[in-house]
Amino acid sequence: MATDVGGLSAAGVTVRNLHRSFNRSGGVLNGLDLDIAPGEFVALIGRSGSGKSTLLRALAGLDRDVEGYGRISVPEQVSVVFQDSRLLPWKRLLANVTFGLEGRDAAERGLRALTEVGLAGRESAWPAELSGGQQQRAALARSLVREPQLLLADEPFGALDALTRLQMHELLRKLCAVHRPAVLLVTHDVDEAIVLADRVILLDGGVVATDLRIDLAQRSQADPGFAGLRHQLLDALGATGEHLGSDFIAPGQRRAS
Amino acid sequence: MTSTALDRAVVAEEPTRDDVRVVRRQLGPGPRIRFAFWIGPALLLAIWVVGSLTGFIAAQVLTAPWDVVKEFGDQWSNHDLLGNITASLGRVCYGLALGTAAGFALALVSGLSRLGEAVIDGPIQIKRAIPTLALIPLFVAWFGIGEQMKIITIALISMIPIYINTHNGLRGIDGRYAELAETLDIRRGTFLRHVVLPGALPGFLLGLRFAVTSAMLGLVVVEQYNSLSGIGHMMTLAQEYGQTSVIVVGLVLYGLYGFLADAAVRLVERKALSWRRTLEG
Repeated sequence: MATDVGGLSAAGVTVRNLHRSFNRSGGVLNGLDLDIAPGEFVALIGRSGSGKSTLLRALAGLDRDVEGYGRISVPEQVSVVFQDSRLLPWKRLLANVTFGLEGRDAAERGLRALTEVGLAGRESAWPAELSGGQQQRAALARSLVREPQLLLADEPFGALDALTRLQMHELLRKLCAVHRPAVLLVTHDVDEAIVLADRVILLDGGVVATDLRIDLAQRSQADPGFAGLRHQLLDALGATGEHLGSDFIAPGQRRAS
Repeated sequence: MTSTALDRAVVAEEPTRDDVRVVRRQLGPGPRIRFAFWIGPALLLAIWVVGSLTGFIAAQVLTAPWDVVKEFGDQWSNHDLLGNITASLGRVCYGLALGTAAGFALALVSGLSRLGEAVIDGPIQIKRAIPTLALIPLFVAWFGIGEQMKIITIALISMIPIYINTHNGLRGIDGRYAELAETLDIRRGTFLRHVVLPGALPGFLLGLRFAVTSAMLGLVVVEQYNSLSGIGHMMTLAQEYGQTSVIVVGLVLYGLYGFLADAAVRLVERKALSWRRTLEG
């Protein structure tokens, strides 16, 4: 999966002049440039159809049928966490986590990963017996057991309830501190982005419109800087009062991703 | 004051077992009945027994159950019933095994490759439109009236439901699992074994249940053709001599075959698809 395009570094993520389009009338990504350093946590926000998922799928190598061009370089080990857990329903939990892993210590590594996400003792459960949050934990374990250098997450907590979501934020932060992968997290939730990421990137018109470094002393809404960042991002998204309705001003700019 | 005292007295008498609830008319089928499956067949048997006892069912129309049992014993000890049973069983097993293997292999090729589908699916659909039983005269011309023709007919007739249902199951596998497997860098062989086959298993097993019934149908028909052994052979002879009781023995055996085979497949289904049972509760 790793594609080291000549001259570009393979340690982090490098994207240059990326174009992707699903039909002739306009591109979803229009010459996007992006760098993610090793170990950096980047959150990607943007209105629906702004190309968040398109970018993520391009980095994951899941867009071979999509029209476009540009240069992408990602590390050797990439893991993807989807919005749904995508556990195979006919495999027990441990087998799901170690699916495709080779080597004699696969089971042992799988068990360790399950313990890390708080699912110790559930290794022989069927996926259908787990709650949504637990399934997503298992999906996290499956991606982390491969020791990824880059973790791509497409709204992984989008389908969870608010309380579970907060617990998952805590867990993800803990896991990233231990494993130090570079992370690209696609989310709809501005608060989630600020709380989790080192950098928040906002896509608009198929390019990076805002690139904001988050330097909060404490990673929670209690931090005095939180409200300012939140307002800044919501403003850029056009979600605050004076921009409401901007969706209708520029038709043809945004397309379903 | 008196009323409080009274209340207290009542509360003391029956403290917690009060059960007042809102009751609605029940529209669903309600809870399961124990041994539900056996009630219908037992009722049928009862009608048969009572009808024969009272003379309501004449012996010429349908042999009484006890005469069937007696006939069974007679056939067993004097006419090699066991040999006939094993001969029929052998045919149906052989044909079913061939048909299942062929149907499964074809479904796999046609379900996993576009070229395979282009080549295989059309002819199968055409074959499906022609009743296999209508092909028997042709098979007799090609393969004669021996065992070969019988087994091929049973195999062909049981191949179709296996193919259709397995193919359907394969195509019904969620494309997102393929996507997941791609992100995990899964090899094609591993993908086949861990995603495709388990995903197609429910379809295959459903096909197997249909195939068992089809194979029985095939068996009954081919055994009318110049059989020297088998239940059909026994029944054809009985027809010539007008022995209704022997015919009924054959019918009961056919029914038993079908029932046991279906039960066996269902058992396999329960074991193999235990991950699904947890969903159904």
